Amino acid sequence: MQLDAKIPAGPLEGKWDRQRFELKLVNPANKRKFDLIVVGTGLAGGSASASLAELGYNVKTFCIQDSPRRAHSIAAQGGINAAKNYPNDGDSIWRLFYDTIKGGDFRAREGNVYRLAQVSNWIIDHCVAQGIPFAREYGGLLANRSFGGAQVSRTFYARGQTGQQLLLGAYSSLMRQVAAGRVTMFPRREMLDLVLVDGAARGIVVRNLITGEMERHTAHAVVLATGGYGNVFYLSTNGMASNVTAAYRCYKKGAGFANPCFTQIHPTCIPVHGDYQSKLTLMSESLRNDGRVWVPKKPGDTRRPEDIPEDERDYYLERMYPSFGNLAPRDISSRAAKLVCDQGRGVGPTGRAVYLDFAEAIQRLGKAEIEARYGNLFQMYEKIVAEDPYKTPMMIYPASHYTMGGLWVDYNLMSTIPGLFVLGEANFSDHGANRLGASALMQGLADGYFIIPYTTGGYLAGARLPEVSADHAAFKESEAAARQRIDRLLKVKGQRTVASFHRDLGQIMWEYCGMGRNDEGLAKARKLVADLRAEFWENVRVPGADTDFNQGLENAGRVADFLEFADLMLLDALARRESCGCHFNEAFQTEDHEALRDDENMAHVAVWEYAGEGREPVFHKEPLVFEFVKLATRSYK
Amino acid sequence: MSGRTINLTLRVWRQQGPGAPGRLETYQAENISTDASFLEMLDIVNERLTLEGREPIAFDQDCREGICGMCGAVVNGRPHGPERETTLCQLHMRHFRDGDTLIIEPFRARALPVVKDLAVDRGALDQIIIAGGYISVNTGQAPEANSLPVPRDDAELAMDAAACIGCGACIAACPNASAMLFTGAKISQFALLPQGRPEAARRALSMLARMDKLGFGNCSNHKECEMECPKGISISNIARMNREFLKAALLSREKIPA
Repeated sequence: MQLDAKIPAGPLEGKWDRQRFELKLVNPANKRKFDLIVVGTGLAGGSASASLAELGYNVKTFCIQDSPRRAHSIAAQGGINAAKNYPNDGDSIWRLFYDTIKGGDFRAREGNVYRLAQVSNWIIDHCVAQGIPFAREYGGLLANRSFGGAQVSRTFYARGQTGQQLLLGAYSSLMRQVAAGRVTMFPRREMLDLVLVDGAARGIVVRNLITGEMERHTAHAVVLATGGYGNVFYLSTNGMASNVTAAYRCYKKGAGFANPCFTQIHPTCIPVHGDYQSKLTLMSESLRNDGRVWVPKKPGDTRRPEDIPEDERDYYLERMYPSFGNLAPRDISSRAAKLVCDQGRGVGPTGRAVYLDFAEAIQRLGKAEIEARYGNLFQMYEKIVAEDPYKTPMMIYPASHYTMGGLWVDYNLMSTIPGLFVLGEANFSDHGANRLGASALMQGLADGYFIIPYTTGGYLAGARLPEVSADHAAFKESEAAARQRIDRLLKVKGQRTVASFHRDLGQIMWEYCGMGRNDEGLAKARKLVADLRAEFWENVRVPGADTDFNQGLENAGRVADFLEFADLMLLDALARRESCGCHFNEAFQTEDHEALRDDENMAHVAVWEYAGEGREPVFHKEPLVFEFVKLATRSYK
Repeated sequence: MSGRTINLTLRVWRQQGPGAPGRLETYQAENISTDASFLEMLDIVNERLTLEGREPIAFDQDCREGICGMCGAVVNGRPHGPERETTLCQLHMRHFRDGDTLIIEPFRARALPVVKDLAVDRGALDQIIIAGGYISVNTGQAPEANSLPVPRDDAELAMDAAACIGCGACIAACPNASAMLFTGAKISQFALLPQGRPEAARRALSMLARMDKLGFGNCSNHKECEMECPKGISISNIARMNREFLKAALLSREKIPA
């Protein structure tokens, strides 16, 4: 496997300009001769589909839900970062770049992250032009707020529904291209395989989820924007349909998988309360602008929060990280919550929760102002927990939220398979070992609106791509393999449901590959996952038939892939001999329990290559070169 | 969080496919935690059906936090159940009493055919957006974001309208199966913003014509859509749409599409 990141030489500020000049162009009249497949319609896939179609390519877009508007980007709450510096508080492209690379604990590429910061401002311009109703000041200009890991206000937002509004913007642009006949939309399809012809990505096999029929679709290139794999933990903030299947099938076809152990645990989610529970709900990080996080000083204190006097409370984030306080980055805040709960100071019925308290903010700003800022989030909390957060502090606990790992891509967002591009959360590129708040929306849209339109052209203009038909042997093989797997799932007819396996897998991964990891636990988890996987194929019960709308079958296929993929995460966590960002191996920590990086030996991207059924994947390294920033110990104190 | 459990009788609409006849079937939902959501309650029933070798109930869902608009069913005659401004996934079982019988049916409208059981095809809503629910701007064309100030109140009203999740509850609630709240919300969002004005006339005429063509009914002021909307979208958006439509039909050069 060759890992050439293809980052142009020269000063950081000029890299993307230079690349755009050096990428070959496709003549406008020739663009319509190229068919492109886009899988996924979240921020990355939706924006890519629209932008590529605007350029004149024939785009075929696939999504798993009944409409492209439902992708899980829609659930992002807090906001989107950009280096506009409207508040005049010292922001700049360089600062956004630096905050992001530092926030990622120096495990991302300088070139990629700088480009992300550069295009961030165009995203805001474009989204405003699309009619996205961002929050505004009384003068009619755009409002900003603060987010974790930054000391400037650079986050643009639309109440607590920023993801929804940005997604509906991308969706409306996509629908406009459907109206123009440039995009053909295929909803309720699940990608089951990537098809390679002469080593290049030339199409996909999908299952029509309504009829169960297999379909083959050809193209000159495939753009994968299928999101992250946070549901490997079973309980997560992801949508129920979010899965690793498409990315994992690409991995099995030869795409390198990068940093799979980098999984973000978000600090502010509604805690787990019962074993019937199907998901965890995020409470936006923006709440930490005004909410103060605390636990009782005394372990085992069961008094109600209002009965605990001020001097018996430990506002631990403010104490441990005085300069960032409650806005410390996500990995650090999550770990701190785990630490205080491990000390027996957690609250609520399970002891796995901390308070997020608005009493002081309500006193300072008034209830009306808090309602204006966070009303919908407070309402959501009250619906789920049946407590009024205006009166009683919220209880929160960390939960699986986002995955920084993903398919390896070069600077052009192309994977190790020629013609397979990977965007958004599905790739590994920009967030290193920890993503800062309000950066996922920025990256998804940067990839889709402003990077892929250039880089696909560069590939198509330079590649020799003979015509391929859907009758090609490679398509037949892929379809047969996908069909065989479905038959196998239906034939087991065992005694356990798919969900019960998924729940067990989640527990193993949360326990041994969650916020705190160690070699012994990771090795044990590999064994537990292998046993669970074996049991799955002997004892799972999948209801119904394959020629039908069969949600049980869909889910079974996804869980089967999670059971294989989990091992890759564990392997990667074992191989990373340091702690960095979200990856915290207990053997590598400072005296005050902070992550201890090893820049000498571990400043690399870990990339895994599939080696065949039952064989250990092959490990590759892409060294990370830092020419422009000095590697510093990340401190938010 | 109370730790209580309840038992319920469910009468659920089962229908194999779009053309097939449907019927209500009875199931018992036992020991349901009152902290569970409605969809988690259905999960529990489905797990049991699966182990008994029966086919689980098909229902659409995804985010389970009330924003994707994928879930929805009629519970005891009300889309998304009895709580105001709540999607089915955010409806918790604490709102029901031990021993209750719940009749659970799909959203019903000619334009939203049943796919299976409680799942319906809402492709018609995408078709309405395709008819003009966008601002025509290509990537790269936008001017600097702050070059066009938008009065805060207009932006807030536009956001109120833009909060629509496209679930279809308004259509299921309407005796005419009208999609005017859905369509009015999108037309209003853009009509309120200066970016949306250049295409306002064309958008109103085109989206309404498409709505009619798809088999949705008209608004006759029952206001049930507003009552059942999980996002509290106001029917003033329908009034604004009607004004936009009239202005466009009478005063603009745009023609109503055939």
